[in-house]
Amino acid sequence: MTDTVIRVEGIGKRYRVGQRESYRALRDVLSNAFRSNGRRKPKDFIWAVRDVSFEVKQGEVVGLIGRNGAGKSTLLKLLARITRPTVGHAELHGRIASLLEVGTGFHPELTGRENIFLSGAILGMSKAEIVRKFDEIVAFSEVERFIDTPLKHYSSGMGMRLAFAVAAHLEPEILLVDEVLSVGDVLFQQKCIGKMQDISRGGRTVLFVSHNLGAVRTLCGTGILLRDGIVATSGPIDTVTAAYMDALWQGTNSHTVTIPKPPERCNVWMESVSILCNGEPNSILETGDHMSLQIKFRSREPIQKPIIGYLIRSSRGENAVNANNYFLPSANYPKPVTQGTIICDLGDLPLMAGSYSVSFWLCRNPHEQHHVEDVLHFSVEEKDIWGNGALPTKSLSCLWWPTQFRFQRTNEPIRTLELPAPRLSRPGR
Amino acid sequence: MTAANTTNILNEPPVLRIAPPQGWWEVDFHELWQFRELVYFFVWRDIKVRYKQTAIGAAWAILQPALTMLVFALFFGKLAHLPTEGLPILVFYYSGLLPWMYFSNSLTNATAAITQNQNIITKVYFPRLALPISAVLSGLLDFAIGLLLLIPLMAYYHIRPGISLLLFPAFLLLAVLMALGAGLWLSAMNAMYRDVRYVVPFLVQFWMFASPVAYASSIVPAKWRWLYGLNPMAGVIEGFRWSLTGRGDPPGAMIIVSLLMALAVLATGLIYFQRMESTVADVV
Repeated sequence: MTDTVIRVEGIGKRYRVGQRESYRALRDVLSNAFRSNGRRKPKDFIWAVRDVSFEVKQGEVVGLIGRNGAGKSTLLKLLARITRPTVGHAELHGRIASLLEVGTGFHPELTGRENIFLSGAILGMSKAEIVRKFDEIVAFSEVERFIDTPLKHYSSGMGMRLAFAVAAHLEPEILLVDEVLSVGDVLFQQKCIGKMQDISRGGRTVLFVSHNLGAVRTLCGTGILLRDGIVATSGPIDTVTAAYMDALWQGTNSHTVTIPKPPERCNVWMESVSILCNGEPNSILETGDHMSLQIKFRSREPIQKPIIGYLIRSSRGENAVNANNYFLPSANYPKPVTQGTIICDLGDLPLMAGSYSVSFWLCRNPHEQHHVEDVLHFSVEEKDIWGNGALPTKSLSCLWWPTQFRFQRTNEPIRTLELPAPRLSRPGR
Repeated sequence: MTAANTTNILNEPPVLRIAPPQGWWEVDFHELWQFRELVYFFVWRDIKVRYKQTAIGAAWAILQPALTMLVFALFFGKLAHLPTEGLPILVFYYSGLLPWMYFSNSLTNATAAITQNQNIITKVYFPRLALPISAVLSGLLDFAIGLLLLIPLMAYYHIRPGISLLLFPAFLLLAVLMALGAGLWLSAMNAMYRDVRYVVPFLVQFWMFASPVAYASSIVPAKWRWLYGLNPMAGVIEGFRWSLTGRGDPPGAMIIVSLLMALAVLATGLIYFQRMESTVADVV
């Protein structure tokens, strides 16, 4: 028997544009048929996944990474047989379980006990298997006391624990997992990651999609990087995550980005966005640098107050910083204008070393937004904040807050010992 | 643990091939059989959920046909004087309403089977056929409960079922197949076009008047009776009355036409459903 358990050859999935968004109403079909009378619109297709080939060996834990819309989830859905490929084929050896969501098949009216059986059966367990593992599942979920209470009375955390307990007791030879670790609180996530590690040590083959590069590095031995539906890189996980980071920042790491004109219906739109470090256009910053974002916009009609929002996201996918002026009276142009520049002053940058992206949205009212996702990329370099050569720990959080620490001796309320404040700002600015 | 091996009888792991959909007949009954436990769980869920948080629970399964029977007996029987083939009017209407209500409920539930389970369909694989099949099967419990009222009703009128009762399961099976066949068509269409869910209530209503629920099929001229059988529910309901009460003539040519029609709807429904199956997760 060969030890290759997944073999994918030239698989591809094509969608008609708009097909994924919603179901059709007969009205649309009729009106389209009517409209296409004479001049038929060429069909718009997009390839969500195109010509993807790879092999996975028995016991490998493979991370599938890539930006939003790169085709990771589509590829997983193809292998999970949720949707069929347009071309190509794949061969999987062994029992497959797919975990694309926590709590698949849960019904709010049923009790915890009933839901364990229902969800277990839907995820592919036999009744005998569920009966055998039932006590274990209940113990893992920590909801023994409520096992005969309808699920609708559970807190969301309890429901999640029960759901994961069921999923954790699947025993497939091949496990396909999509982003399920991104839900729940930190403790729950760590429990999930621990369980995933057990699973991968148990010799199972796992295909794991995640935005959490940290989790991917911890769990996976090899990786596949998808870009625009095709395999960009594959190999050892460190090489692949490095390639992913490079691809994210390379070329896009410029301080000014021109934005293509949005569709007709946008009344206000951004023309270009740029990032400024200490007043100069620059996309390589240090923690504590003075950062601002600059947006050049245009409007079809004169506009008095453009509403702008931004979101800074770390390369691990965490939302780090966001703000908008929706409720602020500021940034009112005295006279309505049809074009102008908005400057968002962020002050001293409280971000740890790493790579970040910025998304923007601009509107006159919330119904007609111009939205650009991850359009700007910048990197923050490591900085000797304390002036002693030590660097702050990066792994915990992407925010570095300039906290002042003070110590006070018991029974001596008068004298406090003040430690020197960290220097965030560059001296002499 | 040795018990872990009991579920996986085959030592060689199953090989799964994933390829684009091809051909017009890909229905995999073997796979469906492997997923029979899931069908059981879907049926179990539907039944459990149906009467949750109701005060009188499964008594509704008797009340619904019983109340409808009274209304029909009053309007069609007493006021309109429609013939009842020599049967007491309560027995006549109840024995017609039972299979009809099973059919119409199953059809409605099967139509919604795909759209109501879209959160599962987009997250995990199983043969999608399991959904309409379980929708049709879960109606059988209500049907069985409803049947209980027929026993005292027939005892009261001293109607003793004869040897024809042996054919009762066959008529029931025909009703299940017909509900499944039409349910496959409608659930697949409903997944694509949500208009279907607005059409189905009308369809069910028209269909009822095209079936001998409120009247006896004897009002249809005998030489056209076989054509009337093109509506398989006509054969089913006539067959029900005949097999339960033993009165009247056994439905002859009509039931053959009904059977062929039901099988044709089922076969085409399977083909249509399976064509939809490969893309349903993308459009639902």
